[in-house]
Amino acid sequence: MPAIVTALRSLRASQDEAVRLGAGSSSVLSVRGLSVQLGGREVLHDVSFELGAGELTGLIGSNGAGKTTLLRALLGLQAVSAGTVTLSGRRERAAVGYVPQKVGLDPDLPVRARDLVALGIDGQRLGVGLRSAARRERVEALLQSVGASHLADARVGALSGGEQQRVLIAHALASSPKLLLLDEPLANLDLRSTQETVTLLATLARSRGMAVLVATHDINPLLPFMGRVVYLAEGRAASGTTDEVVRSDVLSALYGHHVDVLHAHGRVIVSVSDQHHDGPGQGWGPEPRGEALVGGPGGQEAPGEQQAPEGCDLAPDDCTDDAPQAWQP
Amino acid sequence: MGLGPFSSFMTGTWLEATVVAVVAGVVGFFVVVRGAAFAAHAIPQGAFTGAAGAALAGVSTLAGVGTFSLLAVAAMARWGRRARHDVVTALILVGLLGLGSLFLSMSSQYSEQTFSLLFGEPLAVSTAQVIPSASIGVACLVLVATIYRRLLLASVAPELVAARGVSPERVESWFLLSLGAATTLALPVVGALLVFSLMIGPASAARSLARQPLSAVALSVGLALLTVWASIVAAFYSNWPLGFFVGTLGVFWYLLGRGVQLRAARSLATAPGGAGGPASGRSLGPGPRRGSG
Ligand SMILES: Nc1ncnc2c1ncn2[C@@H]1O[C@H](COP(=O)(O)OP(=O)(O)OP(=O)(O)O)[C@@H](O)[C@H]1O
Ligand SMILES: [Mg+2]
Repeated sequence: MPAIVTALRSLRASQDEAVRLGAGSSSVLSVRGLSVQLGGREVLHDVSFELGAGELTGLIGSNGAGKTTLLRALLGLQAVSAGTVTLSGRRERAAVGYVPQKVGLDPDLPVRARDLVALGIDGQRLGVGLRSAARRERVEALLQSVGASHLADARVGALSGGEQQRVLIAHALASSPKLLLLDEPLANLDLRSTQETVTLLATLARSRGMAVLVATHDINPLLPFMGRVVYLAEGRAASGTTDEVVRSDVLSALYGHHVDVLHAHGRVIVSVSDQHHDGPGQGWGPEPRGEALVGGPGGQEAPGEQQAPEGCDLAPDDCTDDAPQAWQP
Repeated sequence: MGLGPFSSFMTGTWLEATVVAVVAGVVGFFVVVRGAAFAAHAIPQGAFTGAAGAALAGVSTLAGVGTFSLLAVAAMARWGRRARHDVVTALILVGLLGLGSLFLSMSSQYSEQTFSLLFGEPLAVSTAQVIPSASIGVACLVLVATIYRRLLLASVAPELVAARGVSPERVESWFLLSLGAATTLALPVVGALLVFSLMIGPASAARSLARQPLSAVALSVGLALLTVWASIVAAFYSNWPLGFFVGTLGVFWYLLGRGVQLRAARSLATAPGGAGGPASGRSLGPGPRRGSG
C-alpha cells in the first residue's frame, strides 16, 4: 500500500512541477484537485491535468470510470466537491464545445443537418432567428470542415451513427470553441469511420488551435494521434504523455493492484487482474479482451510486461490483416 | 336563409376558431417533436375540472380553465423533473379528474354548459368574447417565438442546450406554460376531450411532410386552420358536435402524412441506384449504411 501511495504522489508531484505540454503548445484548460461526489460516493478524487491548444487528448477509462461525470464537471453541469477548473482566455460558455454520449435523435424530426449546425451558432439566443446569406455560408463551411457537406439537407435523425457524429461535431464547432469535449464519439463506429473520425478530430485540433478531449474506453484508435492521455480508474486520474502514463507501474499504482500493459502490433492492451477485488467485473481495464492474457486461472500464459505476444490467438480481434495498417495517419 | 355559417352572427366564432387553430398549430408542433402528447392530453382533462369548478363557484369558465391549466402545468414542471415524466403526468391527471367528479356531483343541476365543454360548443361566440382569448393567444405566440431556438434545440437533445448554459428544465417549464395557455384558449371551443387532437393531428402530418422546422410549424398551422374551418361549416350544417369533425380530421392528417412519407420512402428505395438521400459518394464500406427508416 505505501508503495502505491508514493507512486501516485510522485506522479502527481511531477505533474505539478512542470506542466508538460507539447512543445510550443499553450494550456487551454487546467484542472486542479477536482473531486466529485455522486450519490454519497466519491466518483472522482483529486483529478488534475492540463489540456494544450492544438492537441488531441484521450480521456481513457472503463465503463463507470467517471468519464461522463468529468466532462460534465468541466462544462459546469456537474457540481464539484473540491478543485478548480480554469479555462484560459475567453471565459464565456461558447468557448467549450460538447458532443454528448449517445444522443438519441428522433428519425422523424423535421430538422436537417444544416438546421442543427445553425443552432450551434446561436441556439441559446432568444427569438426565432433570421436567416441570412452569411449565416448560411458559415453553416456550409462548418459542414465542409467535418466532411459532411453532402449531408446538409438530410434529416439528422435519419443519418447513420457516424454521420450524426460528424454533424454533432460541426454543431459543437459552430461557436468557435477553444476546447472541444467529446463523450465516446467512437462507440458504435466501424473501423473505417473510427479512423476517419479520429483523423478529423486531430486535424481540427491542429487547424483551429483547439484543445480536444476525447472520452473513450478504447485507447487504441487514438494512439497515433494522441499527444497526451488522462487515464481514469478507481476514481483517480493519471495524466501525461502516452508513454508516461500507459505503463505497468503507473497504471498499477492507479488501479491499486497489478496491471500489465502489453504492446502488440502497434496496439496497447491493458490487462487488469481482478484478483484483489471484491466482485467480478469490477476493475477490468478498458480493454476487457486483455483478460485472457493475465490473472485468473490462465495466469501462467501471461507474457512479460511490455512484450509483444507473437501469436494472434491471444487477441483475435487485433489480428485482422488490415488492423495494423489501418492506424497509419 | 339569412343565418348561414358565413353570416355576421358567426363572425365571433370564426375569429375565435382562427386564433385557436394558429396557437394549437404552433404549440402542437412542439408537442409532437418533444413527444409530449400525454401532457397535451392531461392538461385539458385537468383544466376541465376548472370549468366544472367555475360553474359551481359562478365565475367565468375561462378563469376556471386557465387556473387549473396553470395548476397542472406548475405541478408537471415541479415534479416532472425528478421522477418519470409520464407517471407524474398521470398522477396529476388522476388527481384533477377526481376533483372534477366531485365538483360535478356537487353542482345541483346537470350543467349543460359544463357538458358542452367536454365536446366543444363554438357556434355562439360573440365578438367581445374573442378579445380575452386573442390576448392569451398573442401572449402564447410571443412566448414560443421568444424561446423558439432553445426549445427546438432541446427537442433535438436536451444535453445540447445544457452544454450552452441553458437549463433544459427551464425550457421545458416555459414550453408547458405555452401548452397551458393554448389549452385554456382551445378548450371552450373544441372541448376538453379534443383539444389534444387539434394539437396532435395537424402537427404530426407536418412533421412527416416538412423537412425543416419553420416550414413544419407553418404547415402545422395551415392544417389546423383547415381543420377548424372545415369543422365549423360541417358542424353548422350537420348539427353534429364540432369535436367529432376535429377529431376525425386529426386522424386523417396523421394518416395522410404517414402515407406520403411511406410513398416517398418506397419510391426512393426503388429508384435506380437507390439514391436514398445524399449518398456517401464512396464505394468502400459494408454496403448501404442507412436503413430506409
Ligand atoms: N446521478 C448519479 N447518482 C449516483 N451515482 C452516479 C450518478 N451518475 C453516475 N453515477 C456513478 O458515477 C460513476 C461514473 O459514471 P460515469 O457516467 O461518469 O461513467 P463513464 O466513465 O462515463 O462510463 P461509460 O463508459 O459507461 O459511459 C458510475 O459508477 C455511476 O454509477
Ligand atoms: Mg459515459
